[in-house]
Amino acid sequence: MNFFNLIRIALRALQRNKLRAFLTMLGIIIGVGAVIAMVAIGQGSKQSIQDQLSSMGSNMITIRPYSNEPMGGARLNASSLQTLKLEDVTAIAQKAQYISAVSPQVSGSGQAINGALNWPTSVQGVSPAYLDIRDWSLKDGIPFSESDVKAAAKVCLIGQTVVENLFSSGESPVGKTIRFNKIPFKVIGVLEEKGENAFGQDQDDIILAPYTTVQKRILAITYIQNIFASAIDESSSELATGEVTQVLRATHKLKTGQEDDFMVRTQAELINTFSSTSQLLTILLAAIAGISLIVGGIGIMNIMYVSVTERTKEIGLRMSIGARGVDILLQFLIEAILISITGGLIGIALGITASRLITVFLSWPTLVSESSIVLSFLVCTITGVFFGYYPAVKASRLDPIEALRYE
Amino acid sequence: MENDKKILEIQELKREFRMGTETVRALKGVSFEVMAGEFVTIMGSSGSGKTTLLNILGCLDKPTAGTYLLDGVDISRLSRDELARLRNRKIGFVFQSYNLLARTSALENVELPLFYNPSLTATDRKEKAVKALEAVKLAERLDHLPNQLSGGQQQRVAIARALVNEPVMILADEATGNLDTRTSYEIMALLQELHQAGKTIVFVTHEPDIAAFSSRTIMLRDGRVIRDQRNENIRSARQMLSELPVADDY
Repeated sequence: MNFFNLIRIALRALQRNKLRAFLTMLGIIIGVGAVIAMVAIGQGSKQSIQDQLSSMGSNMITIRPYSNEPMGGARLNASSLQTLKLEDVTAIAQKAQYISAVSPQVSGSGQAINGALNWPTSVQGVSPAYLDIRDWSLKDGIPFSESDVKAAAKVCLIGQTVVENLFSSGESPVGKTIRFNKIPFKVIGVLEEKGENAFGQDQDDIILAPYTTVQKRILAITYIQNIFASAIDESSSELATGEVTQVLRATHKLKTGQEDDFMVRTQAELINTFSSTSQLLTILLAAIAGISLIVGGIGIMNIMYVSVTERTKEIGLRMSIGARGVDILLQFLIEAILISITGGLIGIALGITASRLITVFLSWPTLVSESSIVLSFLVCTITGVFFGYYPAVKASRLDPIEALRYE
Repeated sequence: MENDKKILEIQELKREFRMGTETVRALKGVSFEVMAGEFVTIMGSSGSGKTTLLNILGCLDKPTAGTYLLDGVDISRLSRDELARLRNRKIGFVFQSYNLLARTSALENVELPLFYNPSLTATDRKEKAVKALEAVKLAERLDHLPNQLSGGQQQRVAIARALVNEPVMILADEATGNLDTRTSYEIMALLQELHQAGKTIVFVTHEPDIAAFSSRTIMLRDGRVIRDQRNENIRSARQMLSELPVADDY
């Protein structure tokens, strides 16, 4: 009995029952299609989060204050800690080789007013390097300079949301003076529109001013709240983190064994955190879809069992004219595998089409990955073998005499 | 027509079945030989053991005791798979209920046994199947499906299927049981022609008038051969057919 003959026998048997073969396939088609589409949704959202996060500057490093009081001592909220000083910024700028730019950051919230219009927003005090670190650019006007920082000049750059709420349309804000918490600031530039970030925050609702100005005139503090730095490239952000930690430990005079009183975070870590969340989403979706694939497989098994019973007489006949047990076994097994492979191929096409349609009509990002195609195809082939095997064994063990007499 | 070659050789064949605690002895020592070219009917009422004997002759079952040589091969030593191979090469079955595959053309039905013979190519298969269908005079109905054929035609397809692998013996089990008188005679006429052409035929039946067409009748009762005689006065089915009233009563 050669294999090609068996495939022909199985194909003919399927042709004799086209509708039933198709209905059996449907379980696999939907299962495989669902797996591919669901994984595509999961991967797509993961990809889009990653893209957004890296667009925020993938080599950005954030340094925040952190309580190093031993466990049990009073631990303070990060914003009320005053462990970061301007000297830290200077030290990082001078000593850390893997850091290309560094900026302090202080922020305060309040009401911005221009004439009759007002808007609640926050002002961020930074150095000129901040724009480079965040990879932000100006739509209009000029950035403030180091001399503005030295002089604690009352100048500011404003985001698009602030522009929209404080200025009537068509009016150019550059050169105008707005007041923030009663302090007048001259608008010297407008930031490029950035839209919402990955967490739904409006990145355009912002006022940037020299940190000295915000420290002295708005917050009346001498410490700084955060430090933003930029590693020379993405691959060295890990090295840069270590370097910053060493530099800060030295300037803070921390002894060996003493905990850091600051926290260094890279954008890469943030990306990983969010990637693992969406990875979980992907796994969850794939698991749900996988269940439908198993249900499809059980459908095959069910139909194959019914088919064996229904075709008992055919099996008896085949045996009486010379089919061996193994021929019958292979025939039914190949039928099951053909059903699942054909179903798998149609399912893959369906899954890819569905992913496209989801992107087109729901504008959800989707990403059909090759691995999900290969994996679901393998799984459905294995499903065919696994769920086709027992009915096939049952068929092959029939007694030809009994089978021939079966009505 | 008949020669000295023994196709079947059975000796003291016994077959017992266990039904719960009871042992049913279906065959209690059956012996006979069939030579090449014979047309033998095995007769007996139900319970005589003829179905059991048929199953053994068809290599679907093995005897409890005794020997059975088919074309010189002792089947009691063969495995299930070897028996399947033997059925494929040496036996052609014809069943009472035709057992054709539904929704499958006459040609493909006839080709079926050849699929289990790996030495044949697709061209061989088709050629042999067409030849077998020509032998049963169905050459013009190759592509008909079983439900497009009459009972007699279906049985002829089944006979073609039995012929296609050129078996040493055609084994028919009540092959006319589902057919009316006229069609039965047609089938018997066909079998007689095949017999004339040198085929060995073993026909199991309980109808005495069918036995009259064969060259030899073996009568079974209660698991034993009670009569084994050559038929001196073989009737011609073709002639019987021509003597039947042409039109039906209505």
